[in-house]
Amino acid sequence: MPIQFPAEKYTGRIAEITLGATKEEGGTRARKVTVGGQAALNFHGADGAYPNPPAVAMEIYDVAPELPEEVVRALGPVLDRPAAWARKCVEDWHADLVCLKLKGTNPEAENRSPEDAARTVEEVLKAVGVPLVVYGSGAEEKDTRVMQVVGELLKKENCAIGQAENEKYKSISVASMGFGQSLVAFSNLDINLAKQLNILLTDFGVKRERILMDPLLGGLGYGLDYSYSVIERIRLAALAGDTMLQNPILVDTSIAWNAREATIGELAAGGDAARRGPAWEATTGIASMVAGADLLVMRHPEAVKMVKGAIAELKGGA
Amino acid sequence: MGLTALEIYKHLPKKNCTECGVPTCLAFAMQLASLKVKLEACPYVTEQAKAALAASSAPPIRLVKIGTGPNEVGIGDEVVLFRHDKTFFHPTALAGMVLDTSPEADIAAGAAGLNSLRTERVGLMMKLDMIAVRAAAGDPARFAHAVSVVRSKSDLPLVLVSDSAAAMEAGLKVAGKDRPLIHAATAANWEAMTKLAKDNKCPLAITAPGLDALSDLAAKVKGAGVEDIVLDIGEMPMGKALETLTALRRLTIKKSNRAVGYPVLMLVKDDELAPMRAALGVMKYASAVILERVDPATLYPLMTLRQNIYTDPQKPIQVKAGIYEIGKPTDGSPLMFTTNFSLTFFTVQGDIEKSKSPAYLMVLDTEGLSVMTAFAAGKLTPEMVEKMLNESGIKARLGHRKLIIPGIVARMSGKLCELTSWEVVVGPRDSSGIPSFMKTWK
Ligand code: B12
Ligand code: SF4
Repeated sequence: MPIQFPAEKYTGRIAEITLGATKEEGGTRARKVTVGGQAALNFHGADGAYPNPPAVAMEIYDVAPELPEEVVRALGPVLDRPAAWARKCVEDWHADLVCLKLKGTNPEAENRSPEDAARTVEEVLKAVGVPLVVYGSGAEEKDTRVMQVVGELLKKENCAIGQAENEKYKSISVASMGFGQSLVAFSNLDINLAKQLNILLTDFGVKRERILMDPLLGGLGYGLDYSYSVIERIRLAALAGDTMLQNPILVDTSIAWNAREATIGELAAGGDAARRGPAWEATTGIASMVAGADLLVMRHPEAVKMVKGAIAELKGGA
Repeated sequence: MGLTALEIYKHLPKKNCTECGVPTCLAFAMQLASLKVKLEACPYVTEQAKAALAASSAPPIRLVKIGTGPNEVGIGDEVVLFRHDKTFFHPTALAGMVLDTSPEADIAAGAAGLNSLRTERVGLMMKLDMIAVRAAAGDPARFAHAVSVVRSKSDLPLVLVSDSAAAMEAGLKVAGKDRPLIHAATAANWEAMTKLAKDNKCPLAITAPGLDALSDLAAKVKGAGVEDIVLDIGEMPMGKALETLTALRRLTIKKSNRAVGYPVLMLVKDDELAPMRAALGVMKYASAVILERVDPATLYPLMTLRQNIYTDPQKPIQVKAGIYEIGKPTDGSPLMFTTNFSLTFFTVQGDIEKSKSPAYLMVLDTEGLSVMTAFAAGKLTPEMVEKMLNESGIKARLGHRKLIIPGIVARMSGKLCELTSWEVVVGPRDSSGIPSFMKTWK
């Protein structure tokens, strides 16, 4: 008796979000990226519609960040040149998007002005044709001013800005709505908090098809076990019909590099650190995708290569 | 799953004696139906009832044991599709591989190398579970010799890999008593392989293209008397592998399909994506993964992933609260505190050890939460610290009244100072700073 594939049928469907606007659409992006839109778990095309595989963004910073030695070696001498860094991400490492983190605007650090930030955004926009995700520094009052200027610049580009959080979402929501950007909604490793934030945002007026959820990714060995299940539960609830969770999920795998085991040279049974680190991030990445992540913000070129290789094979599955 | 609670109840003794740990026979039947208990828990079931209930009390995925003694591994016996539904019980068994075509010295070094890849992480052992020996030379004697060389270097359970029955027989002459996994029976050789498995009482991996062929072959092998079966899904791209592994898990758990109710094995060939393939197997239902080539730099993250996926999602891994002595502390040694989350405790303990100066480490019961999480959740408070200082007996062991606290919770130092009138010293934020911090401690 032939075995039938035991397909799952879901009633819910994830919102589809396209980032990037081309010339015809009034923007300057050469490429667009669409995530979400599925009616199945990631890579489970045999169960239902699965139109868009996960996409990979690579992070860059406005001011040179402190990164682990191995990452610095792999990235090369671009850390203090955001435009060159962005170009490498796209041309050499084939990132689908670039995630610009405006850490330097933080009043407690370099305290760069909104105009400085805007200049960086402009340079990066010129350097690459992919859509951008732009983050402030997390300092609310400053981010409000930064996003005002940055949002204006990105007006026609259909990008994403972040992050909205439970206690601080209003001004960034205003910016995202005013300038037609998608919004990254960050919540703290809890399905109910993720849902609650989505409700707050939609009540405030943000369109559901504009929200990317970031439910906080714990790196491999340091909270991944929690994140894996939180993401899986969010996605299953969404597919089961919970409209307040039917958003594409964004995760940041650069967190994997916080694990000491990803970087230390001497580690019992740990092999060569230069390969262990990228594998640490890539493993974090594939786990997040299998659980349900649709957009990954990544750090190390080798990790990106592995994850993109996995995506190419996984999406060809069904 | 199989029989309903009422159908099971009919076969129970109906004594309601509670010896099974459940108030009534009916309650026990309900638990049996949902696979929460084993039939053996009731001492009074008759042999007839046992036979009648065998089918429904058997796990949906058979537990197959490979190897003997302390290194024996059990694979299979999972009951859910998602770890948050309950937990995954039997961590994916990982194996490295050696070839019988290699020079003897390389086989010996390879086996010893694989055997030595073990280390403790958050208090749990991480290691390879098996070594696979592949017959690639086409010479049974050479295979047998390779198997004996591997055995002399490691007592990990073996997987004997060959589709030649003659080679397998030679290998089993050397290692058959140790319950190696025989890999693999195919449509072509299954009769001979099944006989070898039966004669040597060894588990048998089978492989065939597609689920239909796999299930047919399993039925034949079972019919011939071997029940410890492992299904090898064969080589395929990751997408197809995910679909196949998912199909098998759903068939067993949701459709109670016993024809494929066996643990599943995946062989990962040596290419650039090998770490990704292996990770996929660990997350998505492979009970065993054989790695053609092992790179410790990617194996370590893989083993960490396995730890993460196979922990109980309801209960963080934790250690006992209490006063821990590191080195041989005296009444002049420093006292610090941390939480009872295993990851936190072992990280901090390791860092204090690195400093080479003895210390007391006071471990608070934060229900297994890390320092930052516990603090944010209100489960690590100055009051708790004060209570533990007073009740743990640590005061009598110290000639000073100084407490080092994690840098992340510097915010509690004022309150803590006020409550205890101890001198509160704020330590580094990351415990890796402890060794240099200790140099300045007085
Ligand atoms: C996994 C995780 C969880 C897990 C719990 C894991 C666990 N068992 O603890 C879950 C999902 C349950 C969770 C829940 C919450 N979490 Co949480 N969680 C994390 C995460 C991702 C990792 C934590 C971790 O394991 N760290 C590793 C361990 C080893 O760190 P540690 O214990 O702090 O130890 C280090 C240092 O403190 C220091 N140290 C420790 N002891 C000592 C001792 C001495 C003497 C010294 C000198 C140093 C020292 O060295 C150690 C090694 O670096 C972090 C984010 C992150 N990436 O860090 C957030 C994080 C800690 N969580 C946070 C929050 C807010 C919460 C919640 C309150 C949110 C909510 N959902 O309601 C809840 C509270 C829990 C509850 N209500 O029960 C925040 C804390 C914010 C803050 N700064 O106060 C964080 C930072 C996330 C964030 N960016 O917002 N969380
Ligand atoms: S031990 Fe057996 S007889 Fe006694 S209550 Fe339990 S199921 Fe019934």
